[in-house]
Amino acid sequence: MSAFSGTILPVFVRREHASLTATLLAPPLALATAAILNLGLYVLMGRDPAAVIYAMLLEPFLSWASFSEVLLKAGPLLLIAQGLAIGFRAKVFNIGAEGQFILGAIFASAIPIWFPQATGQWIWPLMLLLGAIGGAFWASITAFWRVRLNANEILVSLMLSLVAAQLLNYLLLGPWKDPAGFNFPQSVMFQYDAMVPILIPGTRVNVSVLLALMLSLAAWVFMQRSFTGYKLQVGGLAPRAAGYAGFSEGRAIWLSLLIGGFAAGLAGAAEVAGPLGQLQRSISTGYGYAAIIVAYLGGLHPIGIVFSALFMAVLYIGGDNAMVSANLPIAAVRVFQGSLLLAYLVAVAFVRYRLEWRRPAYRSPS
Amino acid sequence: MTAPLLSLRGISKSYGQIRANQAIDLDVPPRSIHAILGENGAGKSTLVKLIYGVEQPDSGTIMWKGAPLSLASPAEARRAGIGMVFQHFSLFETLTVVENIRLVVPGRKADLAERIRTLGRDFGLEVDPFAHVHALSVGERQRVEIIRCLMTNPKLLILDEPTSVLPPQSVEKLFDTLRRLRDGGVSVLFISHKLEEIRAICDHATILRGGRVTGHLDPREHDVHDLARMMIGRDMPEPMPALARSGGDKRLEIIGLDYRPDDPFAVPLSGISLTVRSGEILGIAGISGNGQTELAALISGETELPREQRDRIYMMGKDVGALDAATRRRLGFAFVPEDRLGRGAVPEMSLVLNGLLTAHPLKLLKHGLIDRKNAAAFADECIRRYDVRTPGPETEAGALSGGNLQKFIVGREIMLSPKLLFVAQPTWGVDIGAASAIRRRLVTLRNEGMAILVISEELEELFELCDSIQVLHNGKLSPPLVTRDTRPEEIGRYMIGARSPSGKVLA
Repeated sequence: MSAFSGTILPVFVRREHASLTATLLAPPLALATAAILNLGLYVLMGRDPAAVIYAMLLEPFLSWASFSEVLLKAGPLLLIAQGLAIGFRAKVFNIGAEGQFILGAIFASAIPIWFPQATGQWIWPLMLLLGAIGGAFWASITAFWRVRLNANEILVSLMLSLVAAQLLNYLLLGPWKDPAGFNFPQSVMFQYDAMVPILIPGTRVNVSVLLALMLSLAAWVFMQRSFTGYKLQVGGLAPRAAGYAGFSEGRAIWLSLLIGGFAAGLAGAAEVAGPLGQLQRSISTGYGYAAIIVAYLGGLHPIGIVFSALFMAVLYIGGDNAMVSANLPIAAVRVFQGSLLLAYLVAVAFVRYRLEWRRPAYRSPS
Repeated sequence: MTAPLLSLRGISKSYGQIRANQAIDLDVPPRSIHAILGENGAGKSTLVKLIYGVEQPDSGTIMWKGAPLSLASPAEARRAGIGMVFQHFSLFETLTVVENIRLVVPGRKADLAERIRTLGRDFGLEVDPFAHVHALSVGERQRVEIIRCLMTNPKLLILDEPTSVLPPQSVEKLFDTLRRLRDGGVSVLFISHKLEEIRAICDHATILRGGRVTGHLDPREHDVHDLARMMIGRDMPEPMPALARSGGDKRLEIIGLDYRPDDPFAVPLSGISLTVRSGEILGIAGISGNGQTELAALISGETELPREQRDRIYMMGKDVGALDAATRRRLGFAFVPEDRLGRGAVPEMSLVLNGLLTAHPLKLLKHGLIDRKNAAAFADECIRRYDVRTPGPETEAGALSGGNLQKFIVGREIMLSPKLLFVAQPTWGVDIGAASAIRRRLVTLRNEGMAILVISEELEELFELCDSIQVLHNGKLSPPLVTRDTRPEEIGRYMIGARSPSGKVLA
């Protein structure tokens, strides 16, 4: 008989405590793994991996102009991801940030579109506020059906994103189309006071990046220090403990979705009142979905998310660079994002579990 | 003497700084029922994990049928002929009983179901093979675990606190089973802290204290006090005498409560009536799975009553039928649930944050933010006052042993100084020293005027604690029986549904 009975493969053993080392190492290791896999892919595609790496990961940092674009991209990702992460910690899976982002853009655009002659420094703050309310309103539909009928929030929020895109199309092809716009599906250009002030002269970086950082700080206080944030986390980690303590599940769902929608709507408003300057069909390049990756890559932790948002923005800008200079297809960036999330999800398994190689066993002859 | 079936020599195991087992020697002869006795933290669980291949010893040898044995996994232990029933269950809740068993035992579903029914009949472990595990009570789940183990025909059967959920009649039946298994050539390793049981069934006992063996003996030759002294290293504390009291105000009153759950496997309740007064302990006896879980959730407010049923539950004189769990707590209600992990405590959170779960009204918040200093001080005090064995308040609740976590949860709820305290399974899995401390504490609180409701499956416990006992069977509650005028056998008859006309009924 064989002396070895089968257990050459390591087994997963649950750790007694979450490992801090693994928590900190997971993102860089996931990045390294994803990078190696994707480089292999680029080689298979016949591209020069060194050129891709250079364009993708280094070039964004090499000039102020391109780094400012990174900051510009990081803003909305950061905002949306902070909002989503709060819900994810409560195990409320709002996948529809894309739709809430669009609604935020629509609500914010109402002011410059209906009052194109208005002036005053109150316009852009009001637009941001309206946008946030619009996003929260869109998310509230999901919350209502989830609490009322127990309709799955993943499906409802996701499908509402498609509805939001159609609503945007309707407005841009109908009532809100710029009459002098040669029939292009876009609104009028917004007046000066409807634009978020520029933060760094000579770039497109505006005050909304600061706003995103401030809200990140607020998210940190909310999740790590406030009792309401604590209740959300209890609901996510142990729903029955939340029920036992009398923390209302419905309230947690409402709060999670409203916060997520508020942040996404704010991001949408900042986008039309910022780099775009008008409402158009392509206001979002998948921010709402990329922010899901950002949230998880940041460990659903407000500080981690600041870094992951910045990193994801680098990947966007670097991906654009690589398309130009290394002739990479646009899908390659998406593949990189996807494999990064996958690698990260594998890596976080080691926060709570460790591998154990069992000693090869011998059995008594029997 | 015959050669031992299992023999341990010098077994040691450490977890970091903690030396869980030190130089353990142990011999289990064939055809014997061998007890391992010890308090929580004495190293019983570690030792058993080493024998069952869950963990590997740092040093020492394990001999099995005279040859050295090294096990890399429980699967190998099972192949070698060692079976184990854990205290914490390992069943998939979304699968049925027979599906769970089929994960370990090959065979057709119908055949397995038949074997489950046969084993259930033979050993008093009745359970519906096609019921989903999530719908089973804790007691029924343990029956499934025992059956699953028996189906692999082990040579050595390890049972970790197996009787804690069984009614007296079934304990006797299980003991019959174990004796029959022994006579059929199977040895049993029996882990328990119930000294009477060990004296009743075991022919050898090994006593552990602080990770070391403190004695090998024949339990039948020693009385309970001797065993307890060897186990805890000092004399047993005496039970607290209850002061006679009467006529306190009604703190909990349930009048004719009917409940039809949505879950088809849950137990419907009908005509439940009970009253708990200040300065009184009422016990609810019964085998688990007779509606305890459902009743507990209705009292705590975790289950909401349908609208037309909302004038059936009163707390401190108020109709609480329409109030949620948090609002009931604000009236002065506190509750220790039967499941500690995931209900009474969040496993991934520290004890400090778990204190906050229900004790947040004790000035642990400041302007909606967590007051870290006060929260840590609260957890510290709870750990100290209720003798919770843990490295510190920042330890995650999931890293504590079941008994220590129970002490923390009981402590937390008592520190809320409630008017009405409801405890489900107060001492389940808690070592005897701590269990008697908890019981003394409950009686003290009763003497100070608290109203206490206890659900327990341990009759001795209810007889020690309660002023009166009601028995829950099949969703119906017996009339209250005055404890001092009632014999355990009468309660036992109610527990299996045979009504006794002779029990003294409270007016």
